[in-house]
Amino acid sequence: MIDGILLGLTTVLTLYNLTLVLVGCAVGTIIGMLPGLGPISAIALMIPITYGFEPSSGMILLAGVYYGAIFGGSTSSILINAPGVAGTVATAFDGYAMAGQLGQPGRALATAAYASFAGGTLAALLLLLTAPFLADISLSFQSADYFLMMVLGLSLVSAFASEGEHLKALIMTFLGLALSTVGTDLTAGVQRFTFGRMDLIDGISFLLLAMGTFALSEALMMVLRRNKSEKAPTIPTSGLRLSKSDVNAIVPTITRSSILGFFVGVLPGAGATIASFLSYGFEKSLARDPTPKFGQGNIKGLAAPEAANNAACTGSFVPLLTLGIPGSGTTAILLGALIAYGIQPGPRLIVDEPQVFWSVIVSMYLGNLFLLALNLPLIPYLARLLLMPRSILIPLIMFFSMMGVYLVSFNTFDLYLIVLVAVSALVLRVLGFPMAPLLLGFILGGMLEDNLRRALTVSDGNWTFLIDRPITIVLLGIIILTLLSPVIRRLVSVATSR
Amino acid sequence: MSAFFRLVTTASLLACSLLAAPGHAETIRSGQLLDEVHFLIPAGPGGGWDGTARGIGEALRKSGLVERVSYENLSGGGGGRAIARLIETADRQQNTLLISSTPIVVRSLQGIFPQSFRDLRVIGSVIADYTAILVRADSPHTDFNSLAASYQQDPRSVKIAGGSVRGSTDHFVVAKAMQLAGGTPRSIVYVAYDGGGKAMAGLLTGECDALSTGLSEAIEMHRAGEVRILAITAPQRLTELPDVRTLTETGLPLTFANWRGFFAAPGLTEQRYKQMINTVEAVVETSEFEEIRSRNGWSRLQLSDQAFYDYLEQQEQEIGELMRQLGYLRKVK
Repeated sequence: MIDGILLGLTTVLTLYNLTLVLVGCAVGTIIGMLPGLGPISAIALMIPITYGFEPSSGMILLAGVYYGAIFGGSTSSILINAPGVAGTVATAFDGYAMAGQLGQPGRALATAAYASFAGGTLAALLLLLTAPFLADISLSFQSADYFLMMVLGLSLVSAFASEGEHLKALIMTFLGLALSTVGTDLTAGVQRFTFGRMDLIDGISFLLLAMGTFALSEALMMVLRRNKSEKAPTIPTSGLRLSKSDVNAIVPTITRSSILGFFVGVLPGAGATIASFLSYGFEKSLARDPTPKFGQGNIKGLAAPEAANNAACTGSFVPLLTLGIPGSGTTAILLGALIAYGIQPGPRLIVDEPQVFWSVIVSMYLGNLFLLALNLPLIPYLARLLLMPRSILIPLIMFFSMMGVYLVSFNTFDLYLIVLVAVSALVLRVLGFPMAPLLLGFILGGMLEDNLRRALTVSDGNWTFLIDRPITIVLLGIIILTLLSPVIRRLVSVATSR
Repeated sequence: MSAFFRLVTTASLLACSLLAAPGHAETIRSGQLLDEVHFLIPAGPGGGWDGTARGIGEALRKSGLVERVSYENLSGGGGGRAIARLIETADRQQNTLLISSTPIVVRSLQGIFPQSFRDLRVIGSVIADYTAILVRADSPHTDFNSLAASYQQDPRSVKIAGGSVRGSTDHFVVAKAMQLAGGTPRSIVYVAYDGGGKAMAGLLTGECDALSTGLSEAIEMHRAGEVRILAITAPQRLTELPDVRTLTETGLPLTFANWRGFFAAPGLTEQRYKQMINTVEAVVETSEFEEIRSRNGWSRLQLSDQAFYDYLEQQEQEIGELMRQLGYLRKVK
């Protein structure tokens, strides 16, 4: 392994490859900042440029683009509530609140930058130490286990509801689950709720729903509450160091979320979005009487999903590099790139092409370092965006969110759909319904259903798959504990108060 | 504001220019057949269609057959939106090549989109990916007949994974093979995964007993000794895999190719039509194409014009027959 790391270092530490890491990170960040354009588009755009490169150089560049796009995606989530990538939707929950309601865009962006850096770096370390064993672990998760992971995610729904609004949160979760059934059903191959429209065969895109319910409906909300002035943002001029209490608050959060995110990312059937939602939910249920509350600009609520989604991206390289199995859209496109360089990732990659394997891993550290160095100086300028008069900012947000949705599909139907989603979301928000549970239900719903039906097919319709295997039983136990935790907490507090 | 805005503007311009991405070839070599080819890809970036179109575009440009190459991704409707667009805007699509593959036949049979290959100008196919039926390396089955025998004993004991929805070619091919071996095709336990990679994971985790998928997605795992390909649907053994038997050899007369090929807009001028066919025929002969082909584990399948049209009609009939037997098609088309 030491040989491998040295080989990776000697490959990456040439001026040429270092430049590629830098260029990749910069391009990725810029594309990622555009609402709607995420790592998939960014990498697809860069692949033709890398055709003439050495395979390891090409991968170094593309890996840089990947981290950069995830990193950049958090910026638009925080500043204008417009997630550029599904993985940064959870970032918007507290990040946007911190930047907007609390008027601390600099602190929010800096927290995101440090959390991403720490998440990515910790995960790269974990990858280095455990990649060979992890391949086996990732192959012990079956559909039944993925199903229970999604149930676990849903059981955290109360984490996404504000005080006393659990019924509303539940209603929105079910609405999200219902929306996730639109499109072609995988198990039966039947079209559901498509109303004969070709545009709905592939279902509703998560990004469209996120942009509609967050960015676009937020812009409309800003018009409605025009007169209530919020705190004017304080723009930091320099010195983006977090205060000591902030650092103390987020270090344990980042550590937990990075580890959770990494392991979720390693599983071929989960990914960065699930990782960020899960870690957000866990942090919220762990926190006692947080001030400010989660959803209103809590620093832990921002650090957790940011650390987790970066860690998950790194984790998703495990099945790609060790098994040749892409677990997400982004790694699928990276697999395509590797094949285009004449390299077939698979169990033999580490033996046949050690240079590619190790240089990608080493470039992960450098990529994270470069991203931090690139982004910290930019924060004061980015934060200034919020000083823009609303008459300019609101139309800009509308323009960018609609452009983002259109650039993904080039389908005008999606533009009508996002307007419909945004207007419905506006009505629901005015009535006090939260939007985050909707997205949670939607993203988990599709995977929940597919995995449940696969598990049932495999077990010939017997529900015994829930208790057949150790992993399933452990997950089931965690779910029961999560669901019972309020009861247990109350019992404990009653017992101690006596 | 201005800094962010400038950044955003630069990035948008960059993104737009890259999306439109014409490869600028400086030199026009002799032997150039067309000035410009625009690839219409009926799926998002990064999939099989996208990779093939971009690979062939590169080969066209590098070999000097075409000066400018551009790409357009238009996903939706299982490819139907791109087809509809090509037909609607036919008079402006004189340089456009639409990439497609076997699913165009399946989906128009299923009525997912109203058009079929007959509504487009058929140019030609370039490559084929055969279907492979494989098991884990530790499986007791060493040939397809032994897998089929345990299927006949108890269809529920053989769970078969596939990388796309029920009613797709991954499903049909294995069902047909089981039927030819003497089993009932409708009792097959087909477990649908979202993509070939996840289906491979489903096989390796032990959730499923066999996998039906594109050969190019399985070839590396077979070489690494993690899985064993029991049979492929090629008409004869492949030089890349001399030890893997075809289904025909096993005594089951089933060949099936997932071709990838090109179509053009209806109403193309006869001259342009000939040029397009010549271009696609010529690119297959270049060393650049050969490199991409062997890298990806694709097989050659070069059919043009009428020959390709006849092939498509035959495939449509075969698949239609299969779909009716499996109960996926009621009305006779």
